[in-house]
Amino acid sequence: MRHIISILIENEAGALSRVAGLFSARGYNIETLTVAPTEDPSLSRMTLVTAGSDDIIEQITKQLNKLVDVVKVVDLSEAPHVERELMLVKVRASGKDREEMKRMSDIFRGRIIDVTETTYVIELTGTSSKLDSFIVAIDQTLILETVRTGVSGIGRGDRILKI
Amino acid sequence: MELTGAEIVVRCLQEEKVEHVFGYPGGSVLYIYDELFKQNQVKHILVRHEQAAVHAADAYSRSSIGKIGVALVTSGPGVTNAVTGIATAHMDSVPMVIITGQVPTAYIGQDAFQECDTVGITRPCVKHNFLVKNVKDLAETLKKAFYLAKTGRPGPVLVDIPKDVTAQKYAFSYPDSISIRSYNPVVKGHSGQIRKAVQLLVGAKRPMIYTGGGVILSDADQQLGKLTRLLGFPLTQTLMGLGAFPATDHQHLGMLGMHGTYEANMAMQHCDVLLAIGARFDDRVIGNPAHFGQVARKIIHVDIDPSSISKRVKVDVPIVGNVPDVLDELIAQIESSDRAALPGNIAGWWKQIEEWRGKDCLKFKQDDQVIMPQFVVQKLYEVTGGDAFITSDVGQHQMFAAQFYKFDKPRRWINSGGLGTMGVGLPYAMGVRFANPDAQVACITGEASIQMCIQELSTCKQFRLPVKIINLNNRYLGMVRQWQEMFHGNRYAESYVDALPDFVKLAESYGHVGMRIERPADVEPALREAFTRHKDDLVFMDFITDQTANVFPMVAAGKGLSEMVLAEDL
Repeated sequence: MRHIISILIENEAGALSRVAGLFSARGYNIETLTVAPTEDPSLSRMTLVTAGSDDIIEQITKQLNKLVDVVKVVDLSEAPHVERELMLVKVRASGKDREEMKRMSDIFRGRIIDVTETTYVIELTGTSSKLDSFIVAIDQTLILETVRTGVSGIGRGDRILKI
Repeated sequence: MELTGAEIVVRCLQEEKVEHVFGYPGGSVLYIYDELFKQNQVKHILVRHEQAAVHAADAYSRSSIGKIGVALVTSGPGVTNAVTGIATAHMDSVPMVIITGQVPTAYIGQDAFQECDTVGITRPCVKHNFLVKNVKDLAETLKKAFYLAKTGRPGPVLVDIPKDVTAQKYAFSYPDSISIRSYNPVVKGHSGQIRKAVQLLVGAKRPMIYTGGGVILSDADQQLGKLTRLLGFPLTQTLMGLGAFPATDHQHLGMLGMHGTYEANMAMQHCDVLLAIGARFDDRVIGNPAHFGQVARKIIHVDIDPSSISKRVKVDVPIVGNVPDVLDELIAQIESSDRAALPGNIAGWWKQIEEWRGKDCLKFKQDDQVIMPQFVVQKLYEVTGGDAFITSDVGQHQMFAAQFYKFDKPRRWINSGGLGTMGVGLPYAMGVRFANPDAQVACITGEASIQMCIQELSTCKQFRLPVKIINLNNRYLGMVRQWQEMFHGNRYAESYVDALPDFVKLAESYGHVGMRIERPADVEPALREAFTRHKDDLVFMDFITDQTANVFPMVAAGKGLSEMVLAEDL
């Protein structure tokens, strides 16, 4: 099953490779991984999407907790949470495709953030599955480039990951 | 007062009461060596290969209470040579601090001479590591290294120090204590969980206690003894756990696992309540976890590392905590529980165990022609009164040592269990001897393993270390040959050890005593001579042993614990 794991980690050189190294050494997979400093610059927050049985997820969270630099670990998908991913798609947009692409972008609540005579760059935010759906919905042959940030997530309401 | 980085390193070692540092100098650590040279408090032990420095420091920790082994090596090849030693210590959770030189900060990443990415290379085989880029962080980082190494689940911690940092100056002050917000190991066990455990234990019909290296690392042998006698349960210890509970005690069923005793493995498989303490159910211990899971039993698991719990075997009552603290509370709760029915309830189980024990699964035949390796270990046990520190290398001789030398005290059995590193035996013996300067130390090894760190005979000469090397020489990589015989149709691919040196002459050329023993009748007299007349000498005892001896019982890889091959089956 897919799990979203949030990690609060010391913002130090090598912290990311400790996490990434743990996953490769123990044969766990990483679907997406995002990392950036928090409002407290001494801490970084990572959101990691992985998949595995309950036993494997239990081991993953235990092994992450064992890393000396890791302050806290939470499996966000255990309880209500919000997840978002941002995608930029560069598409060919000329002739009749231009209007159609604008319409699809509007339907998915995307924003066109760069325009040339023949291309658009569409910014789209949402759950990973919404972004997947957009890719499927538009004409595949018009996609020039896509880039995704990976998932960021946060617990709903009083679920707070902080020290 | 302003000190150079190198002075700070040495002052930190002094503050930590470090008496010995095992190391090998080189370009990047010259300032540190210069400071070591100027003082007498921290003694440097010069080895002949960096791997041996780390192994010796590792054994220094393993064989002592509260002393931490320290190794010091230079950048690049110094570090890569040390990696085997670091990984060995890591797999067995041995507390240790490794200080490594690094090229100057401005050179890092430039493919400089003797540069390697030390923190990157060692990251998967240390508990934690640091690269100190600024001299102002140096003292605090070293404090953290010692703190991390010995607290929680112990392990090796590496501090990489660029050469320019050892030359820069900074005001020295050593922190009295340290706290790391991201690191808070649990000490006390959860009382509710302990209560559940007690209920299971006093209600057991076929109970079993299974203990590992965690009991030794946490010095919980007193508590373990008290608990085991209080309950009257049978007990088995892993290879890493031997000595925590006396092997000569009737409640001890011997080691379990791949080469465990018949009674220990059968009892482990068929028990209804299992109390696991500081052990991790690894593949050499329980064999195939699916086969192990076929028998319904309740498992209580005490360990300081939550990730060791329910990793390979699902556990019913996990208790995370420091073993002695948890055992203290377990004992207190058991003492106040109603357990009058317990001895009666488990009487039938003990009867069954005695039947299994009656198989005498370790028996072997010693004729008057060819020396059996088991016989040598037996005689060594007798001659040393069971009181020596025994190091071993890896292979058949290691298993014979574990089976036939009955360890009654903790920290006396020093070997590489997790990583299984050939070559550790001699440097381990050195480390043991520095930590226990008056102790008898014997290294049980084979003609293949001993050659992997044979250069340390020179270190032993320099420091006059009277180690007794018990070389069980069968001219084969014995364990490899045994697997080839059993699983590869007797095709002995590259397992014959050809072109051996004359070990007697080799030992003599290093200024030691050499003996070759070829007849069973000579085994005991030779050992007596080594431990009496040559008490203060290193004696290399080359025992020419049977080439066909195999280690039994054996649970083949992937098989279940109760699916043992016994010597009598063949």
